[in-house]
Amino acid sequence: MKTLMMTSTKYFFSLLLGCSALAMSVNVYAQQKADPQFEKMMKNSFRAEGIAGLDRIDQDATQKFCSDPKFSSSKAGAAKAIEIQTINMATIKQPSDGKYVGDWKGGEAIAQSGRGATWTDSSTTPVGGGCYNCHEIDKKEISYGNIGPSLWNYGKNRGNSQEVMVYTWNRINNSKAYNACSNMPRFAHFKLLNEKQIQDLMALLLDPQSPVNQ
Amino acid sequence: MAPASTLLKRSLISSLFIVFGQSSFAQTAADDIAKYREMIADGNPAELYEMSGEELWKKPAGPKSATLEKCDLGLGPGVVDGAAAVLPKYFKDTNRVQDLESRLMTCMDKLQGIPSQGIIDAKFGVGPKKDMDAIVAYIVTHSKGKKINVSTAHPKEKEMYDMGKRAFFFESGPFDFSCASCHGATSKRIRLQDLPNLTTQDGAALGWGYWPAYRVSSGQFWTMQQRLNDCFRQQRFPFPIYGSDVTIALSMYMAKNANGGIIQTPGLKR
Repeated sequence: MKTLMMTSTKYFFSLLLGCSALAMSVNVYAQQKADPQFEKMMKNSFRAEGIAGLDRIDQDATQKFCSDPKFSSSKAGAAKAIEIQTINMATIKQPSDGKYVGDWKGGEAIAQSGRGATWTDSSTTPVGGGCYNCHEIDKKEISYGNIGPSLWNYGKNRGNSQEVMVYTWNRINNSKAYNACSNMPRFAHFKLLNEKQIQDLMALLLDPQSPVNQ
Repeated sequence: MAPASTLLKRSLISSLFIVFGQSSFAQTAADDIAKYREMIADGNPAELYEMSGEELWKKPAGPKSATLEKCDLGLGPGVVDGAAAVLPKYFKDTNRVQDLESRLMTCMDKLQGIPSQGIIDAKFGVGPKKDMDAIVAYIVTHSKGKKINVSTAHPKEKEMYDMGKRAFFFESGPFDFSCASCHGATSKRIRLQDLPNLTTQDGAALGWGYWPAYRVSSGQFWTMQQRLNDCFRQQRFPFPIYGSDVTIALSMYMAKNANGGIIQTPGLKR
């Protein structure tokens, strides 16, 4: 009797082990492991040029996570995405002068320019927002991309409550606070745009006088 | 040759005038370019590069004063027809997977005694890179109309493909961009520029199958190495070394995904 019980217990545990191994192989992805061979290839394949140093291929946690679409789109990845969003949310500073909205004309110029931060630019080349590269904004500009959503009538549709202001501010500052693998650059985090420039972009989207809201 | 090129230039200028002179706002840039492409289909300016490339292929050069006519591009020594359709591939003599440009550097080194470093370090469009562009134009013209047929049968080829896939999704730099940021979804544009989805067979065939190409906007012939270089520039990455493994791995990823598509090189691009 004792032997039988032991045998069945053993059987039960081995069954359990087998099941969890199966579950792991079917459902649970882990983030891809560092691959020394890949890292060596990356290290040996680039050189610094102008302002584009080799440190630009050192990834932070967000970039590592988003380089692995199989994991980031999995169930386990969804939990990790929230963690990544929290890290990014924590980097956002609200405007130091309490002002969210600047001048929409300045904002339009920043939205138009896709320049800056390449190895053919200098450290003093102003970095553009490159917004029209991916978004429709003012309908008068017909040369716009479609990687991001249309922003036409952004303020007209949403109003300018404090909630909308803060959300929009945060999204321009660090889009990854809301969507871990958003395609949008983290403009404040990497100091691509300063506070005044972001205030101007806010005006382009939210000022009732802005052409975007006509 | 002089009258031919003069004629070519003259027809080019007139077709440029017609297409861009009448461009209306309602038309997309893609329409304009398609029209332009059609009009000069028999006179792609890349032909001028191709002609000088053929001369360079057959002309003794380098310390060994040898031609490139015995260069093995993958289909045997001296075989040019269809060679670009099977690249990148594994080469036993170098024990590496090579694309067209890196393979040509091997041939220049071994057959002609021209060290590769000078080519790697040269600026695009001048000196040894200009010669390389011309030779590339010559080789790829001889694969026009062929089916893309890249192998991952050799373990090193498979490994290169896998690394290329990983590199394609590798996100980094101050803009958080990877290749996939622009080329990972279908029907996307930057401004008015259509972006092929390189993760699909159709999209990869559009990308891989049309480069190297003559670029109308810059008036230059660009090899795939230069195309990738400018992608990385706009990704805000550091400078990819000419012929480095990341460029070959990404080429392998694109080419293999594009398998079965028809090679249209040299292409004609914005």
